[in-house]
Amino acid sequence: MTERKIRVLIAKPGLDGHDRGAKVIARALRDAGMEVIYTGLRQTPEMIAEAALQEDVDAVGISILSGAHMVLVPRILVLLRANGQDNVHIFVGGIIPERDAAKLTAAGVAAVYGPGTSTTQVVEDISRAVLQEIKP
Amino acid sequence: MTAKADLVESVLSGKRLALARLLTLIENNAPDGQAAMDRLFSHTGRAHLIGVTGSPGSGKSSLVNQIALALRNPKADQPARSVAIVAVDPSSPFTGGAVLGDRVRMRDLAGDQGIFIRSMASRGALGGLARATAGVVQALDAAGFDVVLVETVGAGQSEVDIARLAHTTLVIEAPGMGDDIQAIKAGILEIADVLVINKADHPGADSTLRALRAMLELGHPSHRAPSGSSTPLWIPPVLQTIATKAEGILEVVEAIDAHARHLRETGAWQLRDRSRLLAELEMLVQFELNAQWRAALPPEALASALESLENRQMSPYQAAKRLTSLQSEAVVH
Repeated sequence: MTERKIRVLIAKPGLDGHDRGAKVIARALRDAGMEVIYTGLRQTPEMIAEAALQEDVDAVGISILSGAHMVLVPRILVLLRANGQDNVHIFVGGIIPERDAAKLTAAGVAAVYGPGTSTTQVVEDISRAVLQEIKP
Repeated sequence: MTAKADLVESVLSGKRLALARLLTLIENNAPDGQAAMDRLFSHTGRAHLIGVTGSPGSGKSSLVNQIALALRNPKADQPARSVAIVAVDPSSPFTGGAVLGDRVRMRDLAGDQGIFIRSMASRGALGGLARATAGVVQALDAAGFDVVLVETVGAGQSEVDIARLAHTTLVIEAPGMGDDIQAIKAGILEIADVLVINKADHPGADSTLRALRAMLELGHPSHRAPSGSSTPLWIPPVLQTIATKAEGILEVVEAIDAHARHLRETGAWQLRDRSRLLAELEMLVQFELNAQWRAALPPEALASALESLENRQMSPYQAAKRLTSLQSEAVVH
């Protein structure tokens, strides 16, 4: 009788106001049957970690176009871990130089998506990661 | 598994991650969640459960945000109350997915350990709440929150489940949502303990106020109470707010508290508790019977009944009777 849904937080940290990408992803995940919590613009890392905790999400998507990703994303990772959410699948979307993307994945980000990424790929990556998490 | 015991202990000692995990288990109807609630239920019954309902876009989330702020920062002589918020948004009927966006309007509440916000998808339930909302509210009650605010799906005319769940139900209207005939129809306005006209700076707010007051004078159920009855009646106040400017919020909080006092003084608090528990019990029994019936249904029975319907060989009534009596027949043969 257990009915499990994949829950994803879509967050927009920092000061850029371009939330179209975040909304497109939110919509695509919804259409894939997931429950998407959307928090709106200009979230601090603390607000994002708090929302991820209260909502007990399986994945956190961070959309950044401001260039501040090397400051904001590591801070979010630290806060999530401090809260005990070690197994959350974290992905980043935005304009991220390859060099930085490598550093972010080394720090624990599961995937970094640039412009032109198909939403299908994002959906598949999340589903696979979360299903793997459930199995053992 | 010892993890279950740990979960209960952790929730009772205020661990927020444990609480969040428990809410997920309850939402998913997982056996672990039910086992935890078996042990937590004795800790429930203390919180003031407040429902907030109204049509989409009337400003429910903004108002919940302001009410929670007011409860956290009361006047000097009153204690701050801890607040849990359950915000329900609709699931897609086609994919089962959902975008839960109520937190967007609640950013003022971030960083406060006395606040806990949880978004819920309705997961196919139609009454304005999710099937698991009652369980989630109980868990938050057990976790010790003084107030649990439940925001429903944007409601139309018949999403009245919230009145069965909450002690106090707020119905939020916005100006320009229909004429005075809307106000005398049965349904959502009848369940209001407090009526709030939000966006009171918009044109038409005063005529909405007049229409709602007239409706209350005309047809409130309290007027049907036997004359000479000694129990004081509760006449729902009609208040105006502008949630985005935090105007009129104090009056709403005072009305909520006055309603709680009224319920306690008249004994209606227990009555509401009782009818809430009855409604939940009936729902769970219904769900359980349905599950048992489905599990015991012979394969193909549903398909063959559907085929007889499509060919007009049976009426839906006949088919339903047949399907529900199949199991007893199967035992006989």
